[in-house]
Amino acid sequence: MIAGWINSCYESIRNWWVACGIPLVWLDIIRAILLGIVLAIIVVVAVLILTYVERKVAGHFQSRMGPMRVGWHGLLQPIADAIKLIQKEDIVPEKADYWVFTLAPFVVFVPVMMVLVVIPFGDHLIVQDLNIGILYIFAVSGIGVVAILMGGWASNNKWSLLGAMRSVSQMVSYELPLILSVLGVVILAGTMSMGGIVEAQRKMWFIVYQPLGFIIYLFAATAEVNRVPFDLPEAEQEIVAGYNTEYSGMKFAMFYLAEYANMFIVSMIGATLFLGGWQGPLLPSPVWFLIKTGAMVFILLWFRWTFPRFRVDQLMDFGWKVLLPFAFINLLVTALVVII
Amino acid sequence: MASDYIVVCVMFFIALGFVGVALFVAKLVRPRRPTNVKLTTYECGEKPWGGAWVQYNVRFYLVALAFVVFDVEAAFLFPWAVVFKKLGLFGFIEMAVFIFVILFGLVYVWRKGALKWV
Repeated sequence: MIAGWINSCYESIRNWWVACGIPLVWLDIIRAILLGIVLAIIVVVAVLILTYVERKVAGHFQSRMGPMRVGWHGLLQPIADAIKLIQKEDIVPEKADYWVFTLAPFVVFVPVMMVLVVIPFGDHLIVQDLNIGILYIFAVSGIGVVAILMGGWASNNKWSLLGAMRSVSQMVSYELPLILSVLGVVILAGTMSMGGIVEAQRKMWFIVYQPLGFIIYLFAATAEVNRVPFDLPEAEQEIVAGYNTEYSGMKFAMFYLAEYANMFIVSMIGATLFLGGWQGPLLPSPVWFLIKTGAMVFILLWFRWTFPRFRVDQLMDFGWKVLLPFAFINLLVTALVVII
Repeated sequence: MASDYIVVCVMFFIALGFVGVALFVAKLVRPRRPTNVKLTTYECGEKPWGGAWVQYNVRFYLVALAFVVFDVEAAFLFPWAVVFKKLGLFGFIEMAVFIFVILFGLVYVWRKGALKWV
């Protein structure tokens, strides 16, 4: 409804633009800039809400109340945290590689914004439905790994380097099952475009045809975002905080922001690929998308308070010797069933 | 087609701009009082001993190599998966052979102990 109104507004502006004789490219660029700013605000707000929800959920899982002091039931806690982070002194260790150290927060945040381009938030609510959608997502989100290595290496700190190495090896190992689990969906949908994949699930969600694929996706995605039980890179009891040990103030906030935004992103991709995206009866499409994403995020939070942490060798074994073969089997079986 | 990617390009710069603005605003607000002790590397409060820029364990290279092999393979699999319904049985057998070759590689790496951690 609102989307339709915005679209008709856009159409009339576009007609006026053509009538004025200015090249359409400029209109596209202005539209992209506006959408980008809106998306950036959405990311920040979503992450603020998520930090609050995570602590509340964690609290209630452990029969505590969670944050209660700032505002009604602690609702203003994330804002207080944000203000605190802005005021913090920015410490760059003497021995650190200054430029790489400063550049890492930029590199970690860029893929977050770029992935959001192809996420269908609702009916016609997609910034740009690229025809290589899902491949583009994996291509871009791979950049995040580089940022972690940059941050860890540039800190010139043993904990940071250890955390970064663990993180990188874990992320590249689990990226393979992640990509392969998605291939089954691509076979069923016959397209890589995210809008097309949602469209293909009009009759039935893909989780019904791809239960194993969904489970592999869930495990691999949890490992991709470094969440418990795969949170070795940050294992605070052994290596302090991993790759962002030396970061403080706003630079740390950027890593934090990207980490939580990535949680949202893997949940959104999971909801789009396996849970039918924005489709659902009665409620407007963005609400459905939000509900499904929220369910996925909640599963990630739930994991954290259910499973103990893996050991490094268990982690690598699980990725390479369990998830990867199963992902291949899932792919072959899907292909076989489709052919018959 | 190419115009689809304008928004991707713009988004790249917006992300850079967002981080830039955030860091700049914080720079205006935050204090800056560095001391010698503050700027030392964190090592649980002890005096830092040596640097951290040492040689990586060779295991990480093995993981990275295996990753590159499988990732490139996945990149081949995507276009195949898109047109799979049109290719039919021929496409399936072709790709099954390819996947088995790669899986054989995985078994080889596994048997050689490259995946063994510890």
